[in-house]
Amino acid sequence: MDRRRAFWVLVVPPALWLAAFFLLPLVLMAVVSFRADLRGGLLTFPDLGLRQYAALASTPSFLRLLVLSSLVALAVAAVATASAYPVAYFLAFRAGRRAGVYLLLLMVPFWTSYLLRVMAWKLILGSSGVINSLLIASGVLDEPVSLFLYNRSAVGITLTYVWIPFAALPILAALQRIEPALMEAAFDLGATPLRRFLRVVLPLSLPGVLASFFMVFIPTVGEYVTPLLVGGSRGSLYGNIIQDFFTKAANWPLGSALSMVMLAMTLAWVALAARLVNLRQWLT
Amino acid sequence: MADVRRVGAAARSPAAPSGLGLYFFVLLLLLYLPIALLLLFSVNDNTTLTFPLRGLTGRWYAGVLAEPGLLRAARNSRVVAAGSSLVATLLGTMAALLVARFTFRAKLALVSLAVLPLIVPFVVLGASLLLLFSAAGIDRSLGTVGAAHTVISIPYVLLIVASRLAEFDPSLEEAAMDLGADYLTTLRRVVVPIIAPAVASAALVAFTVSFDEFALALFLAGRDPTFPVYLLGQLRFANRLPILISLAMVMTVGTLLLALAAERLRRAR
Repeated sequence: MDRRRAFWVLVVPPALWLAAFFLLPLVLMAVVSFRADLRGGLLTFPDLGLRQYAALASTPSFLRLLVLSSLVALAVAAVATASAYPVAYFLAFRAGRRAGVYLLLLMVPFWTSYLLRVMAWKLILGSSGVINSLLIASGVLDEPVSLFLYNRSAVGITLTYVWIPFAALPILAALQRIEPALMEAAFDLGATPLRRFLRVVLPLSLPGVLASFFMVFIPTVGEYVTPLLVGGSRGSLYGNIIQDFFTKAANWPLGSALSMVMLAMTLAWVALAARLVNLRQWLT
Repeated sequence: MADVRRVGAAARSPAAPSGLGLYFFVLLLLLYLPIALLLLFSVNDNTTLTFPLRGLTGRWYAGVLAEPGLLRAARNSRVVAAGSSLVATLLGTMAALLVARFTFRAKLALVSLAVLPLIVPFVVLGASLLLLFSAAGIDRSLGTVGAAHTVISIPYVLLIVASRLAEFDPSLEEAAMDLGADYLTTLRRVVVPIIAPAVASAALVAFTVSFDEFALALFLAGRDPTFPVYLLGQLRFANRLPILISLAMVMTVGTLLLALAAERLRRAR
């Protein structure tokens, strides 16, 4: 087999598979989002229009939830990235020979079942949970309080917790690329440690910081399972209404329109991120 | 993932904001606390998960074996993960070879198509696949979940294998072809042996990605659920929690071993 034929043998299967199970469903969803209803089945295309988008635009609660979900994701990404920075710094410059072991220890929680970790937070924050039962056993409280679970802050705390180890990785990679000679030069020229950090280390690690931020932000915007588990009715995010319209409410055209809006927003964020960070450099 | 081996070399000291080590270990403690709690309650002799503890028991772990629904869900997850990992590894490796060794006009389109699944929100991807399978008249099953999992695993395989391919010199292959080997032989005798550890690592990563996945599975699983979907359905029955936690613990150890094996393979040269 020559290289020319090899090329076609290699390109056809992955391209077809991704076209069938990734591109086609999204195109179908885009079409469905322009339909008024599903009369006549999924594969007919009667008069397409903007009715669902009009409904979406005229329902303030959808838009409010979209903004709110973005804000939650923004906060989660910011806190997770900021919390991860000292971790990465420690691993890069302070941990010495044990850095490898420490990094492994940091990643183990990330490899344990996501559902299990979220369940653990439910266990800690719940009304019969660890915090409450400890407070009652120690006499601080007489009755359990339900303050800790089923609201948006519980969703935020849980998501931040889940992402911190992951957020440390791009920052660590960026810190490791800094030439030690640069820091020596700053030292020789009389920079104080703080000044050296602010003027040399921090600017050089900013691409890693941005990569971390977006690697947390993007999946968090579309999150719907964590709110389902620890958010309750007061903690639901935009992803939850999409899920509702596809399952309980079974209004697929409206659900599709909501999905398209979320997809457009996510792609816009990614385009922004790609401009700020050289994505290709940081993904590999 | 960050390269650990270079850390030691870079461990020079730009003077210290002190307390960094303390911060790291307190954070580590916080990360392990919830997992430790689950482990604790999986051997605690009490149906509800509250303090004070009531003493040691192994009955939750033993109880797992008497739960056919639970064991079936765990088996389903293994089947889906194995199947989707196999397909994703094959397709992802093909894409990686194309990206690293061929020049063609649609390259950027192919890379985007293969990496975009990481960026499209899972709730959108899951719902759109639900639409597709309904339109095609395909009932939801383990197969539909598996198809979705291949799509989200391909980016990982592509990135892992392509970065391995980027590390070794294409002239090795050119030499083999110049000496008369056709492409298939070159692939089999030169390329595959070199990228084998990366491919194996990618397969394990794809397995763990699928095994733990539920945002897509929730949309696409039929009446025969995968483990995370089953777990999610059972969480509202409080008295079932200890048994669920026990099995989840066992499965976590399994995933962990796979993840560690993948990491080792990825670093093997």
